[in-house]
Amino acid sequence: MNAPLRRVGVVAMVLFGLLFANLNWIQAYKADEYRNSDYNGRVQVAEYERKRGNIEAGGTALATSKETSGKLKFLRTYPGGEKYAHVLGYKPVNLGDTGIERVENDFLAGTSDALIANRIKDMFTGDETGGGNVLLTLSKRAQDAAYNGLADNQVGAKKGAAIAFDPRTGAVQALVSMPSFDPNPLASHDTDEATAAYNRLEQAEGGPLKNRALSEVLPPGSTFKIVVAAAALENGIGKNTQIPAGPSYTPPTSGTPIRNAVPSICPESEVTLIDAVTESCNTGFAQLGVKLGAETVKEKARQFGFEQDDLTVGQLGEDGLPVAASRTGAMQGPDGSTDPAALAQSSIGQRDVKMTPLQGALIAGAVANGGSQMRPYLVRQLLAPDRTTSYYTAKPRELRQPVSGQVASDLRDMMVSVVENGTGRNAKFNGYTVGGKTGTAQSGPQTPDHGWFIGFALDSKGTPVSAVCVVLEEAGSGGSAEAARIAGKIMQAAAADSGGR
Amino acid sequence: MTAAAAPAASPATTGEQPGVRLARSRRNAELSLLLLALVIVAAYGATVEATVLGTVTPDFWVPTAVLAGVFLALHVVIRFLAPFADPALLPAVALLNGIGVGFLRRLDLARAAPADRETLAIFAGNGGRQFAWTLASVVLAAGLLALMRDHRSISRYAYTLGLAGIVLVMIPAVLPAKYSEIYGAKLWIRVGGFSIQPGEFAKLALLVFFAYYLVRKREVLSLASHRFLGIDFPRGRDLGPVLAVWVLSVLVLVFEKDLGTSLLYFGMFVVTLYIATERVSWLLIGLILFFGGAYLAYVLGDVVGGPFANFHLRAQIWLDPFADPYQDGYQLVQGLLALGSGGLFGAGPGGGEPLEIPEVQNDFIFAGIGEEIGLFGLSALLVIYLLIVERGLRAALAVRDSFGKLLAGGLAFTLGLQVFVIVGGISKLIPLTGQTTPFLSAGGSSLMANWLLIAVLLRVSDAARRPVTSGGGPAARAGGGPPEQLHGAPTEVIRP
Repeated sequence: MNAPLRRVGVVAMVLFGLLFANLNWIQAYKADEYRNSDYNGRVQVAEYERKRGNIEAGGTALATSKETSGKLKFLRTYPGGEKYAHVLGYKPVNLGDTGIERVENDFLAGTSDALIANRIKDMFTGDETGGGNVLLTLSKRAQDAAYNGLADNQVGAKKGAAIAFDPRTGAVQALVSMPSFDPNPLASHDTDEATAAYNRLEQAEGGPLKNRALSEVLPPGSTFKIVVAAAALENGIGKNTQIPAGPSYTPPTSGTPIRNAVPSICPESEVTLIDAVTESCNTGFAQLGVKLGAETVKEKARQFGFEQDDLTVGQLGEDGLPVAASRTGAMQGPDGSTDPAALAQSSIGQRDVKMTPLQGALIAGAVANGGSQMRPYLVRQLLAPDRTTSYYTAKPRELRQPVSGQVASDLRDMMVSVVENGTGRNAKFNGYTVGGKTGTAQSGPQTPDHGWFIGFALDSKGTPVSAVCVVLEEAGSGGSAEAARIAGKIMQAAAADSGGR
Repeated sequence: MTAAAAPAASPATTGEQPGVRLARSRRNAELSLLLLALVIVAAYGATVEATVLGTVTPDFWVPTAVLAGVFLALHVVIRFLAPFADPALLPAVALLNGIGVGFLRRLDLARAAPADRETLAIFAGNGGRQFAWTLASVVLAAGLLALMRDHRSISRYAYTLGLAGIVLVMIPAVLPAKYSEIYGAKLWIRVGGFSIQPGEFAKLALLVFFAYYLVRKREVLSLASHRFLGIDFPRGRDLGPVLAVWVLSVLVLVFEKDLGTSLLYFGMFVVTLYIATERVSWLLIGLILFFGGAYLAYVLGDVVGGPFANFHLRAQIWLDPFADPYQDGYQLVQGLLALGSGGLFGAGPGGGEPLEIPEVQNDFIFAGIGEEIGLFGLSALLVIYLLIVERGLRAALAVRDSFGKLLAGGLAFTLGLQVFVIVGGISKLIPLTGQTTPFLSAGGSSLMANWLLIAVLLRVSDAARRPVTSGGGPAARAGGGPPEQLHGAPTEVIRP
């Protein structure tokens, strides 16, 4: 029986050889694939082993990591709750991350190339210093004013957005989207709880997860008149030039007449351009647009930033929160030629014109800053885990120059006139010169109008300190006046905080 | 074996009897190897504590010391009761058992709240239970060595053991699921908080019966056959009882929904049959039957479902575990990810995340350990298993009686096959079937049964290496000894 026993010994060796070969396949050849697999919880455990850096604004931590006794060591918490949710985003265990948490993930997690020296140092010292810290441009006071202003709006709007930035630099001072959400449950280490919270938010009325300030496009209404006015100023019309107005205007080829918001606005046959802006004269701007032509209006809008679909707000020159493209629409009939009716309606910010709140603020900012539109950004500085070294400090850069200094100056006078004498009086506050433009946009046949305000504040020396856009969706009557009031509060807070940041 | 090796082997076979070379008991070699194994176990425990707790507690040596006491006691027992036993078996098993206990304690540490870890009692949790089982198993193994002074004596109980084996296998199938089912497999007897897996013991009992029966019938099985399609078939009435045992076991196991154990019994049966009859045709028939049966079960599972559905599902998971990574494939996927994450060198003892794998203390302990000791560590463990298997086969080669040859050969191969089935299963070499990893997995039944298996191998190897002239030994006894030995020699000479 020895011969078969020997063969059985060989068979055993072959079986173990197969096991050995297979383990080589899995632990050597496939090791990297398995190690980094999406299904591998170790990737996460390792990620949560290191203390993620803070996201801060004005010296306060808005997102920070707390040590826990769980398997995942550090829990991400957001002390600000709903207030900063759309800027910070969230960093969940099992869901996709968003906001600054996503954009600056590598730096916060400590895995970015910039922090390699830190990691090597850790290797030798045995310390675990954690990830880097991200300092935001946000002004706490302006953010408070924006969040509270929207939440406590007097017209009962449930949805809306506010954004303010420094027109000279592009540094975002406030960014709020309403309704908002509490990111803390989403970061829960109990993934079932996080998923349930996410599903609840996803189905919640008003879409709280959406960042309306950057990604909601709405008809801008009369705020778009600033764009048309800029085109007019560049085409031989002065701010005191008389333009045709009247109680009603019926564009050629269209039966529906365009009227003013109330009969008392520009019933006379001609008004000056500045008065047309101040009173928000629809008939005047509809005729102005038709006279200028669709291409001129569209081109001017493009120069202000319409049609750009790749703008992001985060770290300058790097990734950021995505911004939806604002659009003017075709303004054409079915045959491809300009449709005067569409052009007339578009010139007062209706028809297919759609704008993000950020775009509104960018228009106001360019006017306030002498025609130079600065690129908006949220990340002011990246600090090393030990807070001694700075890896990045924002250097403001110009995004584009929509209008010349002269045109900007004329537009500024008109917008100041709106707040001083016209529809935007609510935005006024002491010690600063405020300019702006209200807008009331039809949202649909059965739903209340959207209320808009875009504007800026200049200090006593004429230096712009803040540009803002507030929109109250489906706010109905008085929406734009309320938006102007909130915008004033935000700019006042930003102006008061501008030295302190 | 090659023709060139055979002449060299023949003198060695004859030389085993006066045995100048084999007269040495090698007990001191066993002692040094055992101490080396214990040092490795202690180092493993210390590394685990250093990694999980961040510090090595002053008591880190206690678990190893307890194990050392147990294993050294067994070593002393062997010195007296089986002085010529193979010196590599005990140290190899002690190392595996020690690593197993250490890893289970490491799991207990991971499961405990961080604040409680440093004060976690050594005899608590799975690790503590495994301690108790190790102690009981070693006592049982020593008891078996004491009771069974000659391995041939158990052949007297062959029919009793065969019957006992069948009964043990059948109990869980007959019991209501409440008392026998865990994770869909009806393999247990559960009373209160206590469960035993009778199949682990049935394996031993059935093998004793196979060995005894085949030794009795090996002449007729290999000679009195009729040829059919060029293959020699034994007469039905000779093979009947053995086939009946096998069919019954397999049927019962299908109803117990665990084809892994069924595969193990089948392999065990075919290999003992092959060793007894020396007919390759049996291996061929066995392999064809097995692969045919597996394929049939796969197809039947798809078409009919029922008792085969489980196997069909397992085969599908094996073909593509990532098709359903969170449900059906979850355990296998997590096992593979653990092995892959370990890579070549592993995360270090205590450095991995074994709790990512469901049931890591049982079926998947090899994957859990593999993450921490890497390919190199696992290769070492495989070599230790292979060493045990090959030393068992060596004892079978050297022992002088056919019953001992079949018994030791069958047991050694069964142990190797079980390692192959479970390690192959968790590493996606073959479809996964629930099996314990010998000496590593948590669980008293498996540990006890495998220690009894080792006791039998120790006994057989003692008989194999004991010099005939030493007197009083089993080989010198009248009766079975000399004729079996003469009978063994011609097979060696004729074969080449």
